[in-house]
Amino acid sequence: MEAPIYWPTFFFLLFSAIACAFAVAVVVTPNIVRMAFYLVLSLAATAGLFFLAGADFVGAMQLMIYVGGTLVLLVFGVMLTSQDRFISMKTSGFELGVAVTLGVCLFVVLAYCARSIPEWHGMKAKQVSAVPLEPTAAPLGMGLLGARVDGPDRSGYLLVFEIISVHLLVVLVGAAYLARARGKKNLLVE
Amino acid sequence: MAELFISISIWPWLAYTLAGLVQVTLIVTLVAVGALVFIWLERKVSGRIQDRLGPTRVGGRFGWLQTLADGLKLLTKEDLMPEGADEFLFRIAPYVSFCASLTAFLAIPFAGGSYPFVALHMNTAVFFVLAVLGLEVFGVILAGYSSASKWSLFGAMREAAQVVSYEVPLGMCAVVPVLLAGSMDLVVIGDRQTGTFWNWYLFHDPFTFITFWVYFTCATASVNRAPFDLAEAESELVAGFHTEYSGLRWSFFFMAEYGSMLAVSLLASILFLGGWNGPIPVASLLGLTFENGFWLGFAGNVLGTANLIGKGVAGVTVMMWVRWTLPRLRIDQVITTCLKYCVPIAASMFVGATLWQYAFPNGAIFPQSAAAYQVREPWNAKAEAKSAEAARVEKTASREPVATEFTSGRTAEAAPLSARTPDPAG
Repeated sequence: MEAPIYWPTFFFLLFSAIACAFAVAVVVTPNIVRMAFYLVLSLAATAGLFFLAGADFVGAMQLMIYVGGTLVLLVFGVMLTSQDRFISMKTSGFELGVAVTLGVCLFVVLAYCARSIPEWHGMKAKQVSAVPLEPTAAPLGMGLLGARVDGPDRSGYLLVFEIISVHLLVVLVGAAYLARARGKKNLLVE
Repeated sequence: MAELFISISIWPWLAYTLAGLVQVTLIVTLVAVGALVFIWLERKVSGRIQDRLGPTRVGGRFGWLQTLADGLKLLTKEDLMPEGADEFLFRIAPYVSFCASLTAFLAIPFAGGSYPFVALHMNTAVFFVLAVLGLEVFGVILAGYSSASKWSLFGAMREAAQVVSYEVPLGMCAVVPVLLAGSMDLVVIGDRQTGTFWNWYLFHDPFTFITFWVYFTCATASVNRAPFDLAEAESELVAGFHTEYSGLRWSFFFMAEYGSMLAVSLLASILFLGGWNGPIPVASLLGLTFENGFWLGFAGNVLGTANLIGKGVAGVTVMMWVRWTLPRLRIDQVITTCLKYCVPIAASMFVGATLWQYAFPNGAIFPQSAAAYQVREPWNAKAEAKSAEAARVEKTASREPVATEFTSGRTAEAAPLSARTPDPAG
C-alpha cells in the first residue's frame, strides 16, 4: 500500500516552516522579550528537525544548550539591563536594508556550499528506509574520547576536544578574574 | 503499538496517528489525574502534619472530591489580566510551563523488558528528560515578566537563578546511574536493576546511596518546591510569579508543578530505586515475563507500571512531607546549598562511584549477576560479533588472523553512519 504522503518530508517541512516563521518573527517584532520567546520556538523547532534526522543526542543538546541558554540570555542579558518596563526597539530603514542584504548574501553562500557537496543531495525514500536508525550517543562519546567507531582508522576528536576544553577553561578563569570584586581605588585606576 | 494497529487497520498513517493519540492520552491522563490526587494528598498531608484533619466532607469520606470542587471553582473564575501586561506572553505562559512538564513524560518508560511501556523509546532519554524539565522555568519567567508586577518579576528572577544553578548538581547526580548502567537509555537503566532490592543502584555502593539524597534535594529545588519555593514565597512576594493569574491559567501552573514533581520522582525511581523492579521480584516469581508469552509479559509490565507509579507517588509524598516540615530558605541560602554543598558532594560522589566501579566491577557489597553488566550498545555488540566470527573463521580455516574489527569490518558501515552522525563540536 503506497502512502499518499511521505510523512518524514511532511514533518521536515512542518518543523522547518515553524523554525523559519519564528526566525522571521524574531527580526520583525519590536519587543525584545517576545523576540527571545520567538527565538526559543525557532530553536525548539530546529531541535525537532534534529530528532527527525535521527540525531536524538544533538536534538536534546539543542534543547538543553540553545533553548535553555536563550533563557539565561533573556533573563540576565535583557531583563536586568533594561531601563523601561517593556523595551521596544525600532529599526531604521537603512539598518533593515543592510541586514537584508547581508542575510541574503549569507544564505546564497551557504546554499551554494551545501548544494556543491554531492553526498548532501539527499536520498530516495527507498534508500532512506534501507539505512538503519542507530543510536548516536555512544559513537559520539567514543569519538570524543579518541575512538571513533565508524571510521576505518578509529581516530577520534580527542585532541580537538581537549583544545576546546582548555580554551573554555581559560575563558572561565578570565571571566572570574574580571568579575572578581576589587577595591574601589583599583577600579578607579583602571 | 503502531505495528499492532497496522496489523488490524488499513492505512499506516492512521495507525501511527492512533498509536500516538493513545500514548499522548495516557500521559495527559496521568498528569491530570495525578494533579487531582496530589492536590488532595497535599491538603491531607499538610492537615495531618499541622494536627488538623484536612478536607473531610466533599465526596463523602476523606474529602476525596475536594480537588474536583476546587477545579469547578477555578473554571468559574474570571480570567483576569493586569492592564499593563504584555497580553500575548501573559496568556501563553501557563501553557509553556505545562507543555514542558508534559513533554518530559514522553521519554519516561513505565515498564521495561522486550516491549517497554514508553511513548518514545530514546537512546538518550535521561538527557532528554533533564533538558525538557529545565524548560519549565521558561513559562515561569515569561509569566513573571509579562505580568507587569514587581512581585511577579522578583519571583521569576529567583526561579531563574535557582533552576539554572540546580541543573548542574542534578545532572551530575543523574550521570552516576548512567555510568553504572553504561547507557543513557532509561529502559536499559531500569532493566539493569532487576531482581531483589539490593540490585537497585541506591544500594550499589556508598557513593550512589549519598548521590540519591543529593539528587532528591536538587530535584525538589528544581521543581520549585518548599523549602526552595522562593519563586512563590507568599510571605514576601504575595504569590510570586503567579500573583496576577487567576482561574484556569493559574491552575495550569499547578498542573505543571505537580506534573514535574511526579516526573522527577519517577526519574529518581528509575535511576536509583529499580524503576519497575520491585523490592521483591514479584513479576518474575509469578512467571510474568515475555519469555513465557506476550500476554503474561504484558501483565508483568502492568504490574511494573503500578510499581513505578507507586514509587513516584511515594517520592511526591516525601516532597510534601518536607514542604510542611522545613521552613523556607533565603535566596542566598538556596544558592549556597547548591554551589557550596550539592555541587561538591555530587562531584566527589561521581568520582567515588567511578573509582568504586573500577575497583569492584562486579559489585562489592552485593555481587551482581554478570548479565547486569553486559554493555548492550549496538556498535559494541557488532564488534563482538565480528571478533567472534573472526575467531571462528580462524579456527576453521587456520589462516592468518585478520584484524576484522579494526579495518575491513568497519568500512561497510562507515558510509551511512558518518553521513548521519552530526558534528559533535556543534
